[in-house]
This record gives sequence, C-alpha cells and structure tokens, in this order.
Amino acid sequence: MDDLIALSGAQAAQRIREGALSAAELFEAYRARAASDELNAYTWLAEGAPVPASDAPLAGVPIAVKDLFCTAGVPSQAGSRILEGYCPPYTATVVRSLAEAGAPLLGKTNQDEFAMGSSNENSAYGPVLNPWDRTRVPGGSSGGSAAAVAAGIAPWAIGTDTGGSIRQPAALCGIVGLKPTYGSVSRYGMIAFASSLDQAGPFTRDVTDAALLLRHMVGQDPRDSTSLSFPEEIELPRAEDLRGIRLGVPAELSGEGIEPGVLERFRATLEQARGLGAEVEECHLPHAPHALAAYYLIAPAECSSNLARFDGVRYGKRVDGEGDLLSMYERTRAAGFGPEVKRRIMLGTYALSSGYYDAYYGRAQRVRTKIAEDFRAVFGRFDFVVTPTSPGVAFELGSKTEDPLAMYLNDFCTVPMSLAGIPAISIPNGLSEGLPTGFQIAGPAFSENRILDTAHALERVLAFDGSRARS
Amino acid sequence: MIDRDQVLHVARLARLELSGEEVERMSETLSKVLGYVEKIEELDLEGVPPTSHVVDVVGALRADEPRPSLSREAALASAPEVLDGGFGVPSPG
Repeated sequence: MDDLIALSGAQAAQRIREGALSAAELFEAYRARAASDELNAYTWLAEGAPVPASDAPLAGVPIAVKDLFCTAGVPSQAGSRILEGYCPPYTATVVRSLAEAGAPLLGKTNQDEFAMGSSNENSAYGPVLNPWDRTRVPGGSSGGSAAAVAAGIAPWAIGTDTGGSIRQPAALCGIVGLKPTYGSVSRYGMIAFASSLDQAGPFTRDVTDAALLLRHMVGQDPRDSTSLSFPEEIELPRAEDLRGIRLGVPAELSGEGIEPGVLERFRATLEQARGLGAEVEECHLPHAPHALAAYYLIAPAECSSNLARFDGVRYGKRVDGEGDLLSMYERTRAAGFGPEVKRRIMLGTYALSSGYYDAYYGRAQRVRTKIAEDFRAVFGRFDFVVTPTSPGVAFELGSKTEDPLAMYLNDFCTVPMSLAGIPAISIPNGLSEGLPTGFQIAGPAFSENRILDTAHALERVLAFDGSRARS
Repeated sequence: MIDRDQVLHVARLARLELSGEEVERMSETLSKVLGYVEKIEELDLEGVPPTSHVVDVVGALRADEPRPSLSREAALASAPEVLDGGFGVPSPG
C-alpha cells in the first residue's frame, strides 16, 4: 500500500489505465489513511466513489476538496460554526468538472473560517497540524488541503486563493500550489470571501499533476458571469531548461522582511535558474509594499458584503433574539462567526461606511490600479516575476494568533499578484531549519502554460523530496 | 483610531452583537490594523482610476430563458424556520 501512496496523481492514473491498479483499490488506500488522519485535515470523508468511466482522463484518482466548495448533500461548512451541518442543494462547477473528468470526491478539508487566515487556526473545527512538524501550522487558509496532499492522505486537492491561501500553505507544507488567472476557473458554488479576488486552484505533489488538474478546472461557466474562456489548452509541462527565459526579481519582495534561511534558499534557486539558461535580473514593483494595506481594505470590504447573507433565515445557524428580527440577526452572527471573521466584517463595514469610503476603499482600489500597472511594466521586460512565496517557514501553533498584523504579513509576497489578478505558482524550494520553503513564479494573465513549464524545469533540478511528510 | 462608540456604531451596521470585552478588544485591534492600512495615504494617487475588477468582461449576460430551478422543498430544506412554504422570521418590530 505504501507504494500506492508514493505515486503522483498522474502516475496513479497511468497505472489504472494500464490495468495495474484499480481505482477502487486506490480510493480505499487513501480513504483508510484519511480515516486515521491525526492532522485534523479533513472535516468529512466519502464512503465510496463511483466507478470511473473507462476513458475518464483522471481515471478515478480521488481528490480532497476545501470545505468551502459546495457539494450537494455533503457538509459544506467553510470552517464556520454558522454553517455547521449545512448540506447545500447543489455542487460547485469545479468539483463537478473534476468528478466528470474522473476525480471523485475523497473528502472535504479543514480551512480557516470563510478562508480568512494564514494558519488554519481560525477554523471552528480546530487547527490543522503541519505534517513536517506537528507543533506548527500548515499555513492557510487552505491548510487542510495542503496538509492532506503533503502527508499523503490525499493524492491531490483543490483549494482557493484570495491573497495567498493556496500558495502560502503549499509553501509551508512542501508541495505545489497554483493560483490561476482571475476568471479562468468558475467560482460558482464557492462560498464567497472576496469576490474580486477569490480563485480556485490545485494542490499537488508535482508540477505535472498541477497542470493535469488545472486542465480540467478552467473554462467559462454560464453560472459565473466573471468566468472567462481560457484561450488555450493547458498542456503537460515538458521544459527541461530555461534558455531565453527572463526572470525578474522584485527588490521590494525579496529582501526586507524575509527570513534569512528562506532568502538563502531563494537565492540558491536563482543560481540554479541561471544554470538552466535563464536571465535573472532585479526589477521593481514600486507599489508592492503598499499591496498588503490595500488588500486588507479591499478583501474585508468585500467580505463584509458577502457575509451579510448569513443571517439565520435561509440556512445555517439561528440564535433567537428578543423576539424581533434585528436582535435575531445580531445574536445569530455573534454566535456563528469566530473572532477573525468578526474583525474582518467590522474592518470592511468601517471602510465602506459613510465618510470613510473614499479614504479607505476608494483609495485602496486606486492602489490596486497602480499595482497592476507595475506588473504590466515589468512584464514588458521579463517573462516572469519570482519571489519567495512566504516570508518565513511554518510557525508554531498559537505564536501569531494574538497579533493580527503579524499574521497578515504572511501574505506580503502573495497579495500583489492577487490584486493584479495574475497567475502564480509556488513550488517546493528545499528546507530551511528542516521546514519547507516555497519559490513563487508569477506571470501575465493566461500565462499558466509557460509558468508550468518554467516550474517544471526548476522542479527537476531542485529534486525536492517530500516523502518524510508522508511517513 | 477607532473608539468604543465607533465600534458599537459599526457593529450595529454589520448586525453583530459584541460583548463588552469584544468591544474593548475590537477597538484595540482595529485601531492597530487601521494604523497599518493607512500606509496607503502616503501615495500620490491623483488622477488614478479605481480598479474594481481586474479582467475586462463585457456584456456577460446569459440568454433570458426559463429553465429549471431548485424546488421549493430543496430551497427550504436548510432553513431554520419554515412558515407557510416560506422562510419564517421574527417580526421586524
């Protein structure tokens, strides 16, 4: 059985197609491991999976799905007490697309409540532990998906990224995480956090698996009017060198504030990129140091609007008030939301309130314009921007929960790409202090194929060994 | 900075009941976070248009055709209170 777990998703699919492995056997192997999960990565596990169609491209290799994707008849609680036991009447488009391609649901994964957090400690269902060191966080908000893939209790998974919630936990758990171009994957059925930023993407052990999943995730969906038709087929990456590739290293995101061990690993990989033929030069994103501030106005503003729907009327928890509607709303939301979600709702409501709108929300949206312009200017000279994914390695549970700002700084290197709506991948970049670090590659909108190729060439020479986390 | 009265005002707008302790803590942490996000005041943004949506989507309207939707039973299945085939709520007062 250990042999099965060592296979990547693509390798397992290949074995199934060759008849050397049955999809049911693989499902059972993962289900058994997931059932004895000690990391608290799952909030729900499937009993079984349908037999895949003989020509299904993903061949029945099951997938772990972040809890905030709606799945018909299956608890979809978004890590929140207010949705405890909620089973939606419909399934998110991306979950359905993957199931149709032959990746059935293995389980729902734990997450920060409504995807707000960088450590998975904001889940109403308890924190997730990092498989590399169980005293540390897996990152967030898609911490359960990242930990499950890293620990080999899922072959692959999906999550969502609003300001780094795929890339940062992927980095902290030593796996691959990709945030696609905004609009390329349907948001239908994703319980919304910040609608202008939320995007679904894959968590995988290697870059090839990320490409394979992404191929079956992209596409325009009539049910999401912000979704777009991806202009080309997602190809499996083949590149083995980086000749002719120009990598820009933004000075603003690769110096101050980055832990020395992480920076050392980052610089070592830049040397390896040069060795593969890439041109590596410093570049500038002058507004990037203000991205986090703009993000922590825009995302809470959108969250305060999106979360208005949780009012104890149509679904979820209700707490009775003093017999009137208003006190029912106020008590339901007081009991149903955790401290970080309340903080963001308050921050967003304040930023949108009369007299403050222009100074906060309006101004943050103008900063967003400047950040997108910065990237456009850099992509005139460079193919990609590369940075460390997270400023540090996985931190100890509880070490940042009392200081929201320290927690928010985890997103320093990932938020600028989110605001610009551009795609970015994090790949494992070796260890610092025995813990994984991530290397982020970001490109212009719809450059996923080229990003995957570049990541693939680097992955070959980095030869990261994640097997320790699966033991 | 955001004081106790402002916290209570915003909490009312957000339909959130806060305990006395939460009000104190919210005033402290929101002030800290606002102190940080006010960094954006440093920038000269004269004449810069706001971005509310990063990709250009034009006329993203579907055809207005009747199609099946959730049944009443399915739509009401998760409701905390069902009343006469609809969502039941306390009196708005």
